[in-house]
Amino acid sequence: MNELDLNLVVRGVLAQIAPEAAGEELDAEVELVEQLDLDSMDFLNFVIGLHEATGIDIPERDYPQLTTLAGCVEYLRLHSTH
Amino acid sequence: MPSLGADMDAGTVTEWLVAPGDRVRRGDIVAVVDTDKADVDVEIFEDGVIEQILVAAGEKVPVGTPLALVGTEPAGAPEPALPSVAAPAPPPAPEPGPTQEPPRVAPPAPSAVPTPSAVPTAPTVPTVAAITPASPAAEAPELHSPVVRRLARHLGVDVATIHGSGPGGTVTRADVEATARSRPGAPGEPGEPGGREQRPAASATPAAAEPDRAQQRGLAMREAIGRLMTRSKREIPHYYLGTEVDFSRARAWLDQANGERAVTERILPAALLIKAVALAARDAPAMNGFWLDDRFEASGAVHVGVAISLRGGGLVAPAIHDADRKSLDEVMRDLRDLVARTRNGRLRSSEMSEPTITVTNLGDQGVDTVYGVIYPPQVALVGFGKVVERPWAEHGMLGIRPVVSVTLAADHRASDGHAGARFVAQIDRLLQAPEAV
Repeated sequence: MNELDLNLVVRGVLAQIAPEAAGEELDAEVELVEQLDLDSMDFLNFVIGLHEATGIDIPERDYPQLTTLAGCVEYLRLHSTH
Repeated sequence: MPSLGADMDAGTVTEWLVAPGDRVRRGDIVAVVDTDKADVDVEIFEDGVIEQILVAAGEKVPVGTPLALVGTEPAGAPEPALPSVAAPAPPPAPEPGPTQEPPRVAPPAPSAVPTPSAVPTAPTVPTVAAITPASPAAEAPELHSPVVRRLARHLGVDVATIHGSGPGGTVTRADVEATARSRPGAPGEPGEPGGREQRPAASATPAAAEPDRAQQRGLAMREAIGRLMTRSKREIPHYYLGTEVDFSRARAWLDQANGERAVTERILPAALLIKAVALAARDAPAMNGFWLDDRFEASGAVHVGVAISLRGGGLVAPAIHDADRKSLDEVMRDLRDLVARTRNGRLRSSEMSEPTITVTNLGDQGVDTVYGVIYPPQVALVGFGKVVERPWAEHGMLGIRPVVSVTLAADHRASDGHAGARFVAQIDRLLQAPEAV
């Protein structure tokens, strides 16, 4: 998947968790938790959603790399299969 | 119509999932009810056969109104009716047998009890399943029956100020309701006790425009929360205790456990906190139960209500049943499921009506401390704040540790600070041995 696809994947997962925010413009550099008012359960579901969409195993220690949209795309790009 | 929380006065049947003749088993979902807050799956609490649907889909009826007749097998004595909220069936004959108290978590039964004319025939015998709206006879014995007192309390009416129209000047439910209606601003508001009359089906059809409905529900929810919390602050003499708890052992244990788990199996700190409260509540009966009819009823089971905020505003606090007896993994699974269904799907009636104590966790929103408001008729609410790093002294050594604030709001009618302090201390102790939680 290229960067554009990954961007769509992340947005798609977010849309399931925060449906009312799906149409809104997301700032790629601002923390998702803050922009979308996510709690820890939302964030866990977000990580699960990313895992299910990409097959990438995301350990808890990597969560800090997933705080922004740009960070998520970069993380998935680095870890998507070879 | 089951009471799906102390703040519910009426509900609209949006859908029937069973029809007359259907065999049902305890726990089956038989109908969907729209409360002010959510669509709720109504479970039945008895095995039997649906004899007759009494409230059509689309109708809004007060809590306590029988929704359907349920026939049970004649063989053997029917199992004792639980204090449940399942679709209630009225007695078969005009002369009801000993009536049961409404379930303890239910608001009072309304006065207008539709008496079904149809008496189902053999081979099945209708029984008084689950809640039976109290019969008029229940009012007679004493000056103000428990039903009337409860209703008055629920509606915020002082019984002593009412001129009773019943025999010997007794105050009846109708008197209480009339008094409540006569208050300024009371009548006609959606969900307001004064506006309990049945609505024509047309005004409550689920086919109404969705955005409109969502907006209405938002307003209705604010009103419902406002009523319940006003009642809590008016009636419950809260006392508050708080302590800072060292979360380092819990954090280390969670990190290690989650490090070995697939993402779908990971445990959130919230699940650990809920389980710790459940275990502590089991050993602190004065925190776990209901204040009803001027006295405290301890609950044998621990059903932990979890305050779940809705996106777009509002709050629901459904229960994780028997949280003290579930493994941490089960509590986490239930929590995840409960949050998902609260926000996107449907809750079950037993989840809405049965919490015995509530936990609220506002740590995700970044606050250190929660000063909670108790959900009537419960008597305690435990609040957790954000896990933050703090300087922490132990054994004469100073270090940096993750720390979480635990607060208790408890009902001083049911317990004193001493019992509350022991309860909070026990939560602390449990969090110092997370592997045992």
